Order: sequence, then structure tokens, then C-alpha cells
Amino acid sequence: MSYAPEAALEGPSVSVAPPPDHAPALRAALTDWCVRMGDDALVLGHRLSEWCGHAPMLEEDLALPNMGLDLIGQARVLYAYAGALEGEGRDEDAFAYLREEREFRNVRLVARPNGDFAHTMLRQLVFSAYAEPMWKAAANSADPTVAGLGAKAVKEMAYHVRHSAEWVIRLGDGTEESAARMAAAVEALAPYAGELFEADATGALLAEAGLAPDASELEPTWRATIDAVFEEARLTWPEVRFPATGGRSGLHGEELGHLLAELQYVARAHPGATW
Amino acid sequence: MTGETPRWEVFIRPRAGLAHKHAGSLHAADAELALSAARDVYTRRGEGVSIWVVPSAEIAASDPRTKDETFEPTASKIYRHPTFYEIPDDVGHM
Repeated sequence: MSYAPEAALEGPSVSVAPPPDHAPALRAALTDWCVRMGDDALVLGHRLSEWCGHAPMLEEDLALPNMGLDLIGQARVLYAYAGALEGEGRDEDAFAYLREEREFRNVRLVARPNGDFAHTMLRQLVFSAYAEPMWKAAANSADPTVAGLGAKAVKEMAYHVRHSAEWVIRLGDGTEESAARMAAAVEALAPYAGELFEADATGALLAEAGLAPDASELEPTWRATIDAVFEEARLTWPEVRFPATGGRSGLHGEELGHLLAELQYVARAHPGATW
Repeated sequence: MTGETPRWEVFIRPRAGLAHKHAGSLHAADAELALSAARDVYTRRGEGVSIWVVPSAEIAASDPRTKDETFEPTASKIYRHPTFYEIPDDVGHM
């Protein structure tokens, strides 16, 4: 295994094994994929960290940043590996802190503001119901670093699905107030789900080579999870007429700039600082 | 809030072969959420391999006012304490 989660927490930076000898086109595609997955994880992890000290109860005040730390841990490995694949000396911090908004490749869903608890929990369910099967498939990658991360991340995502599903069910099938808030969250976030499954040349190339799953093939599994939860929660997934897109090519909503301003402030104000 | 989220007592088994031990308490709406919260609150540093949660209201407790009659009679019976035996190191958790 080329990945040690405990070591990742201790050292100043994550160390990853040198990548195998992939063909140049595959290497470039896998670099892009690591950045995409890393950006999804970092941005959603940051959003969850915003709940720290603000959650409605102590138990969730620990649970939400816990989940955020799972995601940020994944982002660290993905960025470190993207840097190793790219071979231009960029480390995980360079990817997280020193890129502009337009260089981020996350789906727009993960940058959506926390809103109320219903929004946060639904966003988490929509993302993790996609990420769990994605990492499950990635655990079979021909690339050992991707496979190692997949084996670890799939367990984390399974927990995120369970935790967020429990809340979506209880809020959706709860009081008049909680049901109305949950329904509003569904209306607001449903247009952002489709982007998770967009097919493109990078995905097709990596799937063909057995290096990473093709996102477009994950939708039926995701749909089955959402349907099962929504049935219990007495919610309906709406018909989406105008899907939101653009994140994978760096076209984000206004909210990502605000998020990055906070996330990157210290690293940019004090370049190279350590503590 | 606590009306809808009653208190639960949390018991954690640190390793296979050891008994569940009381770790603390928390508030949650039902057993499923209590288990989830217990995982996040009490096992963040790898403390456990199994969790029990019990509604605090379901625990019957001894009355502190009867502690003299309940506990004091054992104080004078030192022969009940197995301190006269050497336990070999190879015996695991005793």
C-alpha cells in the first residue's frame, strides 16, 4: 500500500509512491482526474468545516467536521499524486492554495453554500451516493495509488451516505417545518446533481485503461441510493429542466471565489509559512 | 431541543475480548442517530470496535441515600479480594 493515512496527518506533506510508467496521454488524463477528484473533496470538506462551532447540536458539531476531515484527507493524497504525475514540482499546497478559481475543476454542487441543515445534509447525500460507488470502482484501478486511496475512501463515503441519509429521512418525513425545508433543498440542489455524471474524453480514456471509473456509468447506482432514501423520506426528485454545469471546465458560480478567498488567505498572506 | 432528542448513555468496547465500558452520554432523536453520534463523538481516535447506546431513562440506578447499607458491608470482607494471588503475565485481561 502506497498510502498511510496516519503518516499523512503527522508530516508536513503527504508522500505518495512514484507513479508507474503510464503513457504520456494517460498520465496527463490521470493528473486531470486527480485534480478533479481532489477539488471536489477539498471544496466539500471546506464547506463542512464551516459548520465547526455552528452546528445545531454538539453531536453534529463533531460529525460534520469529522466528515470534512475525511474529504480533506482524500484531497491531500489526490493533490500530492497529481503533483507526482505532473512532475513539475507542485506539492499538495500548491494545488490547494495557489490556484485561481478558474483553475479549480470541482463540480458546482460541492461549492453550494451550506444553507440550512437540510441543504447541507442533502448536498452530502447527493455527493456521497456518487462518491461511494466511484471509489469502490477506483479501488480496482490498475494504478496502485488510486487503488489504495479508493479502498480507504469507499469506507469513509459509505459512512457519509449513511449519516446524511438518516438526516434526510428524518427531516423529510419529520415535522411540517422540516419537510418544507427538505423539499426546498431538493428543489435548490437537484439541478447540480447531473454534473457528477458528465462523460468526457478524460473519463473515457482512463476507464478504457482501467485506471479510473467512468463517471457516466455511476448514475444508476447513485439513482438507486437516492430513490431508496427519498421513498423513506417521502420526497420526490424533481424533473430538472436546466441542469447546472461548467465546474469541470473551471466555470463556477460566484460562491467558489468567496470560499477560496477564505481557504487560501493565510497561505497567500504568509507564503511558505509553517506551524 | 432535548425534548425531541433525549439523552443516551454510550458504551464502547475498546478491543475484541474486552467488555463494553461506559464512555459518556449524548443527545439524539433515536437509536440509529445515537449510534451515529456516538461514533463521531466517542470513537474519533480509534477508541472502539463496538458501540452500545442505551436510553438514559431506561437505566435503573441505585439510590445514593442507601449507599451505607448497599456498599459498606463489603468493606470489612477483605478475603473477597483476590489480591493474595499472583496473576501470571500470560493471562490476558483479568
